[in-house]
Amino acid sequence: MNKIISAVFFLLLSNAAHAALNVFACEPEWAALTKELAGEQANIYTATGALQDPHRVEARPSLIAKARRANLVVCTGAELEMAWLPVVLRESGNADVQAGGDGYFEAASAVRMLEVPTRLDRGDGDVHAQGNPHIQTDARNFLPIASALAQKLMQRDPANKAFYQQRLAAFEQQWRAALSRWEKQAAPLKGVAVVVQHKGFPYLADWLGLHEVAVLEPRPGMEPSASWLAQVQDTLQQHPAKMVLRAAYQSERPSQWIAQRAHLAAVEMPFTVGGSDAAQDLYGLFDDTLARLLKGLQ
Amino acid sequence: MFRIFGLCAAALLCQSGYAANNKSDFNPAFSLILSGTYASLQQDPATPATGFAMNPNPGHEQGFNLGESEMGISANIDPQFRGTATLALDPAGGISVENAYVQTTSLGDGLNLKFGRFFSGLGYLNEQHAHAWDFVDQPLVYAALWENQLGEDGVQLKWLAPTDMFLEFGGEAGKGRGFPGSDRAKNGSGAGVLFVHAGGDIGIEQSWRAGLSLHRTRAVARESTDVPDLHGNAVTNLFTGDSRTAGLDLVWKYAPNGNIKERYLKLQGEYFRRTENGDLSYDTAGANITDSYTVTQRGWYVQGVYQFMPRWRTALRYDRLDPGIASVGAANAGNVIADYAFKPSRTTVMLDYSPSEFSRIRVQLASDQSRQNLNDRQFFVQYIMSLGAHGAHSY
Repeated sequence: MNKIISAVFFLLLSNAAHAALNVFACEPEWAALTKELAGEQANIYTATGALQDPHRVEARPSLIAKARRANLVVCTGAELEMAWLPVVLRESGNADVQAGGDGYFEAASAVRMLEVPTRLDRGDGDVHAQGNPHIQTDARNFLPIASALAQKLMQRDPANKAFYQQRLAAFEQQWRAALSRWEKQAAPLKGVAVVVQHKGFPYLADWLGLHEVAVLEPRPGMEPSASWLAQVQDTLQQHPAKMVLRAAYQSERPSQWIAQRAHLAAVEMPFTVGGSDAAQDLYGLFDDTLARLLKGLQ
Repeated sequence: MFRIFGLCAAALLCQSGYAANNKSDFNPAFSLILSGTYASLQQDPATPATGFAMNPNPGHEQGFNLGESEMGISANIDPQFRGTATLALDPAGGISVENAYVQTTSLGDGLNLKFGRFFSGLGYLNEQHAHAWDFVDQPLVYAALWENQLGEDGVQLKWLAPTDMFLEFGGEAGKGRGFPGSDRAKNGSGAGVLFVHAGGDIGIEQSWRAGLSLHRTRAVARESTDVPDLHGNAVTNLFTGDSRTAGLDLVWKYAPNGNIKERYLKLQGEYFRRTENGDLSYDTAGANITDSYTVTQRGWYVQGVYQFMPRWRTALRYDRLDPGIASVGAANAGNVIADYAFKPSRTTVMLDYSPSEFSRIRVQLASDQSRQNLNDRQFFVQYIMSLGAHGAHSY
C-alpha cells in the first residue's frame, strides 16, 4: 500500500517537474518560441490560430478558463490583442498575469517598433499607438525577444534557471546560424518592390530590404473597395511591383484582383507558425516565408 | 541584427521599455457612443403586450430620435481596483448613471468582486450595453420581465473554477431598486441573484456558453397604471409580494477557421420564468380591494446572427411571452383578469453594415403580435458610432 502511495506521489511530483509552468501564448509564434526555450518544462496553450485575424478575436469562455490557470501570459502587446485580452485577463481572476504583472510578458517591449504614429486619429483607421505590432515577420527580432522571455521564464520558475539559460544559449546559437543562412538566401529580394494587402510586413521589409509601394487596405483594418483597388492599380503603373503579399488568415480576393490586373505574383505568407503546412515551427516559418517570396520573384 | 539585439540585451532594459510604451495610453480611457433611430410604427408604442400591463413597457419612440448618447470612463484606480462609469445622456436633457462600479483586479484564485451600480450578470444579454445589441431593441422577455435590463446597486462576487472547461459561479446582493423589485428603505439586501456559467470550444471553429440564473426580490406597493380589468376599465393596481425568476441561456458561435473577421454565425436563446406571489390591491383610486394574487409569467426568444461577408450581418429573431393564468383571491375574482388567453409574439429581421469596427448602420423590420388584435409592422433605421477608447467586448 505504502509503495502504491509513494509511486502515485512520485508520479504527481514528476509530472509537476515535467511541466512547471502553465503558459498562455496569445499567438502561435510566441507558443513556438516558448517551446524552444522551455521545452517540456512548460504546458503551452495557444490562444489564437494562424488562420484567425489576431486583431479580431473574441474573449471566449475557453480563453478565460485557460488564463485562470496560467503562470505566464506571453503576448505581442502594442495593442494587437486589445480587442479581447483585457477582458480575458480581467475575467480570469488570476492576479499574477494581469498586464504589467510578474506573469505577463509582451514581446513588443523587447524590440524596436516601426511605424509608430506621430498622430493618433481614428480617421487613419486601426492604428496602434505603440507602432506596428506585427513584429514576428523579422527573424532578427526573435533574438532579443528570446533573451527577454528566457529572463521571464527564469523569474517565474527559478528552480530551473540553469535549464532555461542552457536552452537560451542553444537557441541563440542555432538561430544566428539560421539567420545568416536566411539572409544569404534572401539576397535576391533586396530592393524588390511589393504590394501588401494589410500593413503586416514592415518588419519583414526592413529585414530583407523589400520595398513596399502600395497597401490594398485603404486604412489599416478596412476592407478595400473596388474603387480603391483601381487607384492602387494606377499607382502600380507608375511604380511597378513584383508581387502582392497577404497573410494566410486574410481573404485572398483583394490580392487576386490586383494580381490579375497588375500582373503580379500573389504570395500567401504563413505569417506565423501554422500558417502553412511547412511552417510547423519557427525555423519552418522562415524557411517557408523565404521560399514563397523567392518563388514570387520568378 | 546586433544593433537591435543590443537594444534589449538586458531584460531590465526591456522592462523599462515596457513602462515607457504604456505612457502613451490615454488614462483614464474615455469613450462616447452616439446613436439614433428612426422608427415607423403602426400602433401606439405605449400599449403594453397583452397580459403584461402590470410589467414595464420600455417600448419604442416613433419618428426620428436621438438615442441615449453613452459616455464611458474607465481606468485602473490602483493595483487593487479598477473603476468604470457609464453615463447616459438623455436627449431631453439630464444625465443618468447607468453603471458606476469598482472591480477588484488582484484578488486572485479566480475571484472577482464588483460593487457599485452595474448590470446584473443574470442571463446572457443582460450585461450587454445597448450599443452591442444585435437588434435595435431587446427581446420581449427582457422588455417585460427586466425593463430591458436589470441594473443593480450592490455587490457581485464571481468565482471561476480552476478547470479546463469554463465554469463560473456568481452571486449578487443588491438594493432591488428596479423592476421587479421596488425601491424601499430597509437595511440588508432587497434582491439576490445567483448564476452559473459554463462554456468552452469545440475545435477551433465553434464555441459556446450556457447559463442558469436565479433572481429573487420583494416588491412593496409596486404601482401599475392603466391595467385593464374585467369590467372593461383601466385601473391602477398595487402589488406587494415575492418575485422569483429562473432563467436559462445558451449561446453557440461558429466561424470558419475561427476567423470572425470574415464570416460567423451566432445562435442564442434564453428562457425566463417568474412566479410572483403576494397581495394585489385592485383599483386603488376607486374600489381599493386587496386580496391574494399569484401568477407565473414566462418568455423566451431564439435568434441567429450571420455575418455573411466582412462588414455585413443579417439576423432573425423570434420572441414569445406567456402571461400565465393568475390565481386571484376571491375578493378580486370578479375584478382582476386572471387569464388573458393570448400569447404575445414577434418576428424580427435585421441587416447591418459596419464601415469599420467603430461605426454601424442598421435597418430592422418586425412583425409585432404582442398586442391582441393590434398587429404592428415596425420599421427601424439606426446608427451606432463609437468615439474614443473602444474597450474590449465580452463574449
